[in-house]
Amino acid sequence: MTPEVMTPLETDVLVIGAGGAGMYAALEAARAGANVILADRSLIGRGGATVMAQMTVAAALGEQTPDHWENHLADTLAAGRGLCDEKLAAILCEDGPRRIREMDDWKVGWAREDGHIKQVQAPGHDRPRCVYVDFLSTGPAVSKTLRSRLNDANNIRRIGDLLMTDITVRNGEACGATALHVASGRIVPIAAKAVVIATGGLTRLYRRNSASVNMGGDGYALALRAGAELIDMEFVQFFPIGHLAPRLVGMDPIMWDPFRYKLGGKLLNAEMREFEADYATRDARSDGRYVLTRDLATYAISKEVEAGRGSPAGGAYLSFQHVPPEEIRRAFGPVVDRLAANGIDLARQPIEVAPIAHYHMGGIRVNDTLESKVAGLFACGEAIGGANGANRLSGNAITETFVFGACAGHHAALRATRRPMPSPEVTGPAIDFLRSSERREAPNTAAAIASLQSLMSDNVGPFRTGDKLRVAIDRLADLGRGVGDRPLTSSSGGFDPVLIDWLDLRNMLLVAQAVALPALARTESRGAHQREDYPSLDDGSEVNQIVTMTDGTLNIRPAKEMVTA
Amino acid sequence: MKALLAIRRGEPELTSHVDTFAIEFEHGQSVLDGLRMVRRDQDPSLAFRFSCINANACKECMMLIDGEVDYACTARLKEGTTALAPLPKKALVRDLVTEIAPPDERLDRPTRKT
Repeated sequence: MTPEVMTPLETDVLVIGAGGAGMYAALEAARAGANVILADRSLIGRGGATVMAQMTVAAALGEQTPDHWENHLADTLAAGRGLCDEKLAAILCEDGPRRIREMDDWKVGWAREDGHIKQVQAPGHDRPRCVYVDFLSTGPAVSKTLRSRLNDANNIRRIGDLLMTDITVRNGEACGATALHVASGRIVPIAAKAVVIATGGLTRLYRRNSASVNMGGDGYALALRAGAELIDMEFVQFFPIGHLAPRLVGMDPIMWDPFRYKLGGKLLNAEMREFEADYATRDARSDGRYVLTRDLATYAISKEVEAGRGSPAGGAYLSFQHVPPEEIRRAFGPVVDRLAANGIDLARQPIEVAPIAHYHMGGIRVNDTLESKVAGLFACGEAIGGANGANRLSGNAITETFVFGACAGHHAALRATRRPMPSPEVTGPAIDFLRSSERREAPNTAAAIASLQSLMSDNVGPFRTGDKLRVAIDRLADLGRGVGDRPLTSSSGGFDPVLIDWLDLRNMLLVAQAVALPALARTESRGAHQREDYPSLDDGSEVNQIVTMTDGTLNIRPAKEMVTA
Repeated sequence: MKALLAIRRGEPELTSHVDTFAIEFEHGQSVLDGLRMVRRDQDPSLAFRFSCINANACKECMMLIDGEVDYACTARLKEGTTALAPLPKKALVRDLVTEIAPPDERLDRPTRKT
């Protein structure tokens, strides 16, 4: 049965993705007078990465100790290893404090101490700069606060279960999008004067990740097909101490960092020996408390495992056995009970940790109004590249959802005031494509996604070689041939998981190539991109790489000054 | 260890049926882990909602587990049979998927009285 095409929706600003960045973009666009549709493939404010963040948020508030946003900028640029877009990084650091205070006014509940917002030290920062909500509740508190602002806002229509398949581009301008209504299987054309991509990152491309299931790089694929540029796509951040064993449910796998920071957890190898110091001479930015920044800690753990000194599940031990139980209880309160429910008693046993795909530095290339090369197509949050260069500073991810979300929403609304409503695309390639969905003999789509994740983990992980990258590029192409060109269904009607997988594979296969190709072209090691066959930083390679698509083929080239539409 | 997942499946206005899947699991794995294994190894057409996988943050994987409302991501797999069914008081979409979004966050919003 051919899916039904619904009556088109119309809006000034279409925001795709309702995590932190998308919610902030919608609020700011409405504040600037625009009508907004805020759409998410999942539920509003629940499905992105923001809701899962348990960690800290960096901003130069100067509450804990005197600070200036330029200090935050210096740390951000240093972490980015020479590749940050300084304009975007400056917007992030300068506007950060205002947004943190705005969230405070909205009662997010930043932890306080002696009458001021408490700021703690995090790796790579020159002073205590990071705010949080206890206990490990930063992301849920942020999401809840933004959801309740949305509830009270006028002119924002929220629509869940709406999966965008293509951006509509006419005469070089973004004019809306085509969506699949997941719950009913209907096709929904949307006309919009401006479009904001806020779909988050791509960590679902990896077997072990800290992402939600909808972080398969949708926004990057939408942008490529629309004709926009991507930047810094080879830089995937691996979080060094993701939870590995024993099986831990009901918790974010990257939860150990604050434990480690507050209680001084020790990283041990199979010989029960601390090993970080062996690798510390490689890094000039050690801050004493955290021995290694994230990229170097990932390197250290991976090298210990490779040398046969890994823990049984293939990582490192993290031990708090030297900390008195009452101190663990004082620092983490109810979280201790959630661990006990998982059979974990930190006073008695070490847990096992290993690097886990965590964040994407790369993304859609935008100018300082957060607009891509395609006029009217904006992007924000983890979906954009540039601000974090080759490695993101700890604490900048939630800050950028606020700052870039607000900036993109504002500029999208301004553009909308200057433009007539485009006519909706009720016929055309994007609609024909979805209408061509069919049942056919094909490989299991869920297994194909698992294959792609293994392929990426084994060959395009934190440590790369030319040979492995070429293997990945070839096998991704093979996998793509098995998946085919026409959408696959398992039945007609709503919530067909095979069709959802197939549409995800379409994006994931494209985006995986958009990571592997620039990784092959970057013949040096820098930040999160480590080439075992080119282990040093090459001063001549301090240049960003751009990925574009023409006629279905990806092209890689070095960046020049961005020409805006 | 072996678990049997007895899953009530169906679509709106059609008679539902139970499909039973046998899976191998390790101690500590969640019901959601089991459902994902079923899709990957046996039947990709099995429908259930989830987003955050592990963190119990998205709250989307709520279903009836042995007759009790629970989250699939925090309920543990056990040896023997576990019965899974969609939430009884929500409109069925497919298999274990129900309409759980607040009414004004749906594409088809109930008509507002003016």
